[in-house]
Amino acid sequence: MSLPKFEYIKAQTIGEAAALAAETGDKGMVMAGGTDIIPLLKDRVKLPGYIIDLKGVPGLRQLEYTEESGLKVGALTTLREIETSAVVKSKLPAVAAAAHYVASTQVRCRGTMVGNICNASPSADTACILLVMNAAVQTAQAGGAGRVIPLSGFFKGVKQTTLEPGELVTEINIPALKSGEGSAYFKFAVRKAMDLAIIGAAVWVKMDGGRIADCRIAVGGANTTPFRAAAAEKQLIGREYGESLLAEAAATASKECRAISDVRASAEYRVDMVRVFTKRAFKEALGNLKA
Amino acid sequence: MKRVIRFNLNGEDIEAYAPENMTILDFLRKEMHLTGTKRGCEEGECGACTIMLDGKPIAACLMLAVEADGHSVVTIEGIMRGGRLHPVQQEFIDKWALQCGFCTPGMILSAIALLEHNPQPSEYEIRDAIAGNLCRCTGYAKIVEAIASAAEVLRKGA
Ligand code: FES
Ligand code: FES
Repeated sequence: MSLPKFEYIKAQTIGEAAALAAETGDKGMVMAGGTDIIPLLKDRVKLPGYIIDLKGVPGLRQLEYTEESGLKVGALTTLREIETSAVVKSKLPAVAAAAHYVASTQVRCRGTMVGNICNASPSADTACILLVMNAAVQTAQAGGAGRVIPLSGFFKGVKQTTLEPGELVTEINIPALKSGEGSAYFKFAVRKAMDLAIIGAAVWVKMDGGRIADCRIAVGGANTTPFRAAAAEKQLIGREYGESLLAEAAATASKECRAISDVRASAEYRVDMVRVFTKRAFKEALGNLKA
Repeated sequence: MKRVIRFNLNGEDIEAYAPENMTILDFLRKEMHLTGTKRGCEEGECGACTIMLDGKPIAACLMLAVEADGHSVVTIEGIMRGGRLHPVQQEFIDKWALQCGFCTPGMILSAIALLEHNPQPSEYEIRDAIAGNLCRCTGYAKIVEAIASAAEVLRKGA
């Protein structure tokens, strides 16, 4: 498969990249790892005149953790760097696990977490865990200061985000887990590698003894965008944890999704798997509470 | 348009012209005539095109040739040591870990990338490292065995 004609531009600063993106508009495509973009080009799904490569921009490879500000993931930080990082594995194990679920080692050594969410696939493996962790992205804009967009306001539809033309994500900020909090992500797919999720479910929970002080549940792969199961969360918050309560809430979560049927699974099956995997993710998060 | 790229290919510094819209996979095969890197699915699914970029395994079909500028690339043609097969290659032969051989260069590079940072991998770690390499012939058991025994050979300092 050949690639269509385009001009390759290696931006040297984030300002230059944003200005180029604004100037080229629909004709420009911003590239970090390239693992999502190159197949789109080969299949002629996109025919941009310009590829704006970010890899020459310094300062976008950070992977820094502090207890106060949590984890900062730069636009060029690869999924492989995240999943193998000792600090991510110990402080935010569910984030490392979600990164590991993406595709294969070869893809994760190039592909980035920022690219994974900017591509906005309904089954993006990192989206659910970022949603429940209340992560936010920092953007840069041509001729502007950039803004902070919470993940809850980032996905607009299949392959669509709320980024404006000429706006680029420079980093993702993921809050740290505090004492009594835990999180987990489970992906359900037919194969372990290189497969898209039939569904994925992520849970963040804050316990106060046996009581669920707060929780967030996100489901991916079922609807056009990853979504929060708000009714299920409401059922759980403030209640004493128990198997039957969780079973009820998981059933609610499955009712909240407008699953699609495709080659990977029927809508009915997806809905039922949302129930099963919400439960599993919740239990895993409970088993992972920070001391 | 073509651009000048300078990078290290199998231990040698090279300078070449690369079309902007060409993958490193096609560049290696068509311009460098290094056909050991195989062209399979061309969309990152099969691992036949695996090469090492700065020591990490990557899918050559998902990278532009111009992106190699300033980096180091190792292909299956660049892993022999002093005229002898790399222990991973030798073990693939000795353990019958290949049949048609199409997946083999990619498998071997994934294995070498694993063993370079994890000299004593568990079976799970081996399977995880080659999860992005499809083999239609062997059923994988022999490949996993070959990688495990290459790890042992390397640990003994072959
Ligand atoms: S040819 Fe590159 S992964 Fe299949
Ligand atoms: S030996 Fe034939 S594909 Fe692996």
